[in-house]
Amino acid sequence: MKTVSTFLSLEAPGPRVRVWLDGAPLHLPHGANLAAALLAAGVNTFRGTACSGAPRAPYCMMGACFDCMIEVEGETRQACLLEVAEDMRLTRPGAPGDA
Amino acid sequence: MHETDLAVIGSGPAGMAAAAEAAGLGLRVALLDDQPRPGGQAYRDVDRVGPMRGAVLGPDFVDGRRLTAALDDPRISHLGGAGVWAIEPGFTICYSRENAARLLRARRVLLATGALERPMPVPGWTLPGVMTAGGGQILLKQAGLVPRRSVLVGTGPLLYLFAVQMVRAGINPAALIETQTRGDLARALRHMGGLFGGWGYMTEGWRLLRVLQRAGVPRIVGAQEIVIEGEDRAEAVRFRRGGAQHRLPCDTVFLHHGVVPNPQAARSLGLDHRWAPRQQCFVPVCDAWGEAAAAEGGVEGVFLAGDGAGIGGARAAELQGRLAALRIAEGLGRIGSDERDGRAKPLRRQLRRELAVRPFLDAAYPPFAEALRPDDTTMVCRCEEVTAGEIRRAAAQGCPGPNRLKGFLRAGMGPCQGRVCGLAVTQILAEATGQSPDETGYFHIRPPIKPLTLGALAALAETGEAVGTDKTAPGQGDAA
Repeated sequence: MKTVSTFLSLEAPGPRVRVWLDGAPLHLPHGANLAAALLAAGVNTFRGTACSGAPRAPYCMMGACFDCMIEVEGETRQACLLEVAEDMRLTRPGAPGDA
Repeated sequence: MHETDLAVIGSGPAGMAAAAEAAGLGLRVALLDDQPRPGGQAYRDVDRVGPMRGAVLGPDFVDGRRLTAALDDPRISHLGGAGVWAIEPGFTICYSRENAARLLRARRVLLATGALERPMPVPGWTLPGVMTAGGGQILLKQAGLVPRRSVLVGTGPLLYLFAVQMVRAGINPAALIETQTRGDLARALRHMGGLFGGWGYMTEGWRLLRVLQRAGVPRIVGAQEIVIEGEDRAEAVRFRRGGAQHRLPCDTVFLHHGVVPNPQAARSLGLDHRWAPRQQCFVPVCDAWGEAAAAEGGVEGVFLAGDGAGIGGARAAELQGRLAALRIAEGLGRIGSDERDGRAKPLRRQLRRELAVRPFLDAAYPPFAEALRPDDTTMVCRCEEVTAGEIRRAAAQGCPGPNRLKGFLRAGMGPCQGRVCGLAVTQILAEATGQSPDETGYFHIRPPIKPLTLGALAALAETGEAVGTDKTAPGQGDAA
């Protein structure tokens, strides 16, 4: 997975916890906004659309656009409304292998 | 079922101020928001912002702590992470929290659901790496993230503020590609009268522009034919200015051409809306206290405050929240009408001052014409991937309005329920059919207005206990 983020963190984030993204471990700041933490970790695509499979990533960050939908413990959720918790199991619906 | 005097939906500036004002007048308040922490988008997660990020975001942002601190009142129950999916007359608030559906009975309800970014369908706007400027600001506010190589595209003071915040953070945006023209500015100067009232905002605007100039951030004004290029993600922005074509490589593109009231909760209650030509959006019809007019068959007695009632900005929202709380407290017999009016008077004076600058801003930074009339190949409904051309073809085949369009194309039927494309769909159809936006109408918004799993609903139906197990629900730990 690409790990170079298009974003830079201004401050050193707090303690990290392990989460699972498509079965691979990823260490994200505990309690951080999930969508922001994934972007900061270099995750650039969150899902592929159901219609055409086109890649999507967070667009509005305020719960309106649903483009940051990701599966959390098997349930489709908006990543921008969640906080990072230890051992979260995330999968990207319809996402291309690498992004 | 838990009961409370007032349910406030949305914990941004309007909702927080209303909750504090109402609690101060003796009302029990439940403050619900889908974000875990109070602040709304204006003051997103303000309580967790450290000194460095606070310095980057500026004093106006950190000022939001005044509002979050005022929520520390035993009469206020802040229900974070609560997605309100239905509001029933009387009122019953249906919401999901921690994977269980819950119900709350409230004597009054105030919608403080804020604004959405005006849809800005330009070619390539669905690519990863393209975000709203508001979304980019949220990344900075909530996570301290700054884009390494970004371009800001569109119009309005928010772009200047966000660009200055990036400059303060030490990573300048590559450029501001602005869509307003010098002609817009000339027309806006007709609203000079309002400028005296809005003087503080004007000097603030000039200060921001000076920072950008000193930092050497290029500003391109009057850009046209804007296209975001990229295969799997945004790679560059192409545009024309005058006779010359330009192409700016970047990783992140921030779009913005104004904000509009978030219509979801208000529409789901059947509140009356009117097209506001100056603001190019629908605005709910309210009296001076924020009490909404119900359309035929709609719910009576609902209050609105803040940008959801018409765009006025964070400080106006706060004042409107307090005004609504005064009227609600009076209606519930907590204060008399003389006290209500006495307390309202200075708030109304401040509100007039806050709103004075709006006619100038609306004229100086009008929506980007190309995004109001996207070309046929541009995607409009992001969820169902419907293009402007498909919408126009449906109109040519006799589709009169947004609700029939759902049958034609599924536009507005995806997970966002039209939050992103709704206004664009109305405007494209109105132009194609020659009707006004009021005649064309808007998507019918029906509950659940937030996603609700069957599991969450079952947790409510099975036990009936899910409601009572919410430890932070109103009434608990409170003699009332």
